[in-house]
Amino acid sequence: MDVQTESVEIVQKKEITKAKKAARNKNIFTVSLFIAPALFVYLLYVVYPIFATFNYSLYNWDGTTVGTFVGLGNYTALFNDAIFWTALKNNVWVIATSVFVQIPLGLIMALMLFAPIRGIRLFNTVYFLPFLMSTVAVGMLWILMFDPINGIINVLVNSLGFENVSWLSDENVAMFAVLLVVVWQFSPFYMILFKSAIVGIPEELYEAAQIDGANPWQKFRSITIPLLMPTIVSSSILAIVGSLKAFDIFYIMTGGGPNGATELMGTYMFKQAFVNFNMGYASAIAFLMFFIALIVTIIIQVIESRRKRVGGYE
Amino acid sequence: MALARKFPLYMIALLLLIFTGYPFLYMLSTSLKSQGDFFEKPFSLFSSFEFANYASVFEMGVSRYFLNSIMVSVVAVVIVMFIAALASYPLSRMNFKFNRPLFLLFIAGMMLPIHATLIPVFKLSQSMGIYDTLWALLGPYIAFSLPISIFILTQFMQEIPKSLEEAAKIDGCTHFGIFWRVMLPMLTPALMTVFIYNFLHLWNEFIFALVLISSPENRTIPLGLQDFYGEFSVNIPGLMAALTLFSLPVLVAYLFSQEKVVKGLAGGSVKG
Repeated sequence: MDVQTESVEIVQKKEITKAKKAARNKNIFTVSLFIAPALFVYLLYVVYPIFATFNYSLYNWDGTTVGTFVGLGNYTALFNDAIFWTALKNNVWVIATSVFVQIPLGLIMALMLFAPIRGIRLFNTVYFLPFLMSTVAVGMLWILMFDPINGIINVLVNSLGFENVSWLSDENVAMFAVLLVVVWQFSPFYMILFKSAIVGIPEELYEAAQIDGANPWQKFRSITIPLLMPTIVSSSILAIVGSLKAFDIFYIMTGGGPNGATELMGTYMFKQAFVNFNMGYASAIAFLMFFIALIVTIIIQVIESRRKRVGGYE
Repeated sequence: MALARKFPLYMIALLLLIFTGYPFLYMLSTSLKSQGDFFEKPFSLFSSFEFANYASVFEMGVSRYFLNSIMVSVVAVVIVMFIAALASYPLSRMNFKFNRPLFLLFIAGMMLPIHATLIPVFKLSQSMGIYDTLWALLGPYIAFSLPISIFILTQFMQEIPKSLEEAAKIDGCTHFGIFWRVMLPMLTPALMTVFIYNFLHLWNEFIFALVLISSPENRTIPLGLQDFYGEFSVNIPGLMAALTLFSLPVLVAYLFSQEKVVKGLAGGSVKG
């Protein structure tokens, strides 16, 4: 009898594990069916190209004929390429402008939407407009406004008694001019992020501060800013990562010129690939862009997780 | 007294209003000026209403660009909505071995510079024989819209109570049945966000179009605009008319459903 129950138990156990296994297999099957379409497109157009780019970067290649293998030759050439270093430096300028001009301006715009003034609805609508325009349209509109002779900005400069400025063709001001446009276009995006964060701050905090006799500046410094810190951090991440990818507006407004003054990694890569057809060299630039973005992402993640472990933002 | 105290606030608000709004006002009013007025009265606002500029833009055949942009953006976004929702369902609600790594793989795409994929995607479209057709844009448009869409949809799906799913399971629903009948209807607001976000981004997309399209008849709006710049270089009011015309659909959509558009555009980034 004992033996019999034991064997029955074994059989039952076996059946249970079998059923479990079957269930798990079925589970895996269902999961794959759900994920397969997205994964397929993603692997084909995002993941595979990164590996292919690295592979191409090891060749001297014009894009049509068979290339010659040069190992890391493209990378050593790149490190000795003054234009690449200029481009990298300019990318850093874009990052700095995004973090230290766009984000504060976005914050100021968001704060104005909560200021005790009239016309908030109008401000709310108009402040956001620049972000809705396509980058090509933005670039062209500002090219016309920056026009050295007929542009409205120089007309204004003239009427104030100053000399005309060749905004986009003077090496010393071109970067400044394009960055102004970048600020114009993207500050509204940060305004939206800050706006929704400010809405989330509990009113009671301000009321309590009011009772304690705090003035507006004190309230701003010790309530608003600390509570907006998570948004400031995530905005900075978006700004840094976005700036590394910058391309459109620079390509349209200056094409990287004059004389490389506004060259970015993105515009330089495009030029090498689709103007000079140095596809191998361009792939090396592209892969470095990927690599820098990866490193920055990892650094941000490490800082984030450390900050979370310590807890709090102050 | 109160007004004097508020004066600096009004000053800042007004300066910001001019900074953000004036370029639009300038674009619109210049697009309605004659060439002569443009040179003589550069600052005047709405001094003349010269609709001929718009007529000349239409004569250049803008409808083709509009059609191309609408087709490729709508088709790409609809496919993205469907396959991103499919993938988000197991990623947010089922336990399986590679859940976390897969999720991270998808999300990491948000950080990726497009340039890192540009040459292989260009070669790929050539070897697939779809280079210089709208089909060539579809693949990269879908693939690069997936990360943000999966991010938005998984966030949203995690909030849906598990009990609904279990009830459906007891009623004999398969996973696909649960997805189709329970999840999808509840996802509507998130799908709306996904739609607006991706549609606006693809509508304005430039670099893939620049690399993958060469014939005029396959150009999307951003590429078409560049064309106009060459053609109209001396006729600035005409160029302004083209800019206004091409920006109008999005601006009108924004003015009519401001909240939805703003929420959609900030969708992935605003979590409270």
